[in-house]
Amino acid sequence: MEVPILKQGDYLIASIQSALTDADLTQLRVSLGERVGRFRSKGVIVDVTALDVMDSFAVRTLRDLAHTTWLRGAETVIVGIQPDVAFAMVQLGLTLKGVATALDLEEGLEFLDRQLKGRSGRRG
Amino acid sequence: MADATAVTITSDLDVVSARQAGRELAVLAGFSQGDQTVIAAAISEIARNILIYARRGEVHLRLAVEADRSGVIVVATDQGPGIADVERSMQDGVSTSGGLGLGLGGAKRLMDEFHVDSVPGTGTTITMKKWRRRV
Repeated sequence: MEVPILKQGDYLIASIQSALTDADLTQLRVSLGERVGRFRSKGVIVDVTALDVMDSFAVRTLRDLAHTTWLRGAETVIVGIQPDVAFAMVQLGLTLKGVATALDLEEGLEFLDRQLKGRSGRRG
Repeated sequence: MADATAVTITSDLDVVSARQAGRELAVLAGFSQGDQTVIAAAISEIARNILIYARRGEVHLRLAVEADRSGVIVVATDQGPGIADVERSMQDGVSTSGGLGLGLGGAKRLMDEFHVDSVPGTGTTITMKKWRRRV
């Protein structure tokens, strides 16, 4: 099932609605990379609240997604990782290091606003 | 849902089906939501291993009820290339597929019992169990 991507101002919001296959996740990464360019977006939020499991493939794909959009000039924040999903990820050794996370959509938007406020260039 | 089921793994969609079936069994066994997620994640890793290395195989799931405990038993089988060095394959960061190399070792950490039976050129059977005390 394809993940709907909403454009809101300078941001893109991908809201995952149900369990995703590997192909769906890969498609999401490709779609976001393309739309960041098309809409000249500055920030991306991926809402994973509906995901009941994140395994090594999901985590790797989200990490690649965040790094890809960053290279395209947009910040990405992953929001809504559920507590038991987070625990299982830690047990699996999956930390999503180097990727911004926030509790929920609201916190994610605040994070992006803070990141982008007064930004002229960017850090490496 | 019956207390035993099997999912044939031939596509990434089957990986999702296998972990969902595992979660349903975990609910039947009375596991907490946290443990349901842990079991589903472990199943996802080994089901994906089947897909990556053997292309097809089966994941058998069974509810186990004993006098003082109940649990979920997962047996994943394939007729793939097998694993030459089982011990090494369980180390984090070791992958021959270009993945994160957390699949087997990660699944082992999530479960209470974990056993790999593999014959190079013949196939692999992974048996893993998760238990909960009955009160």
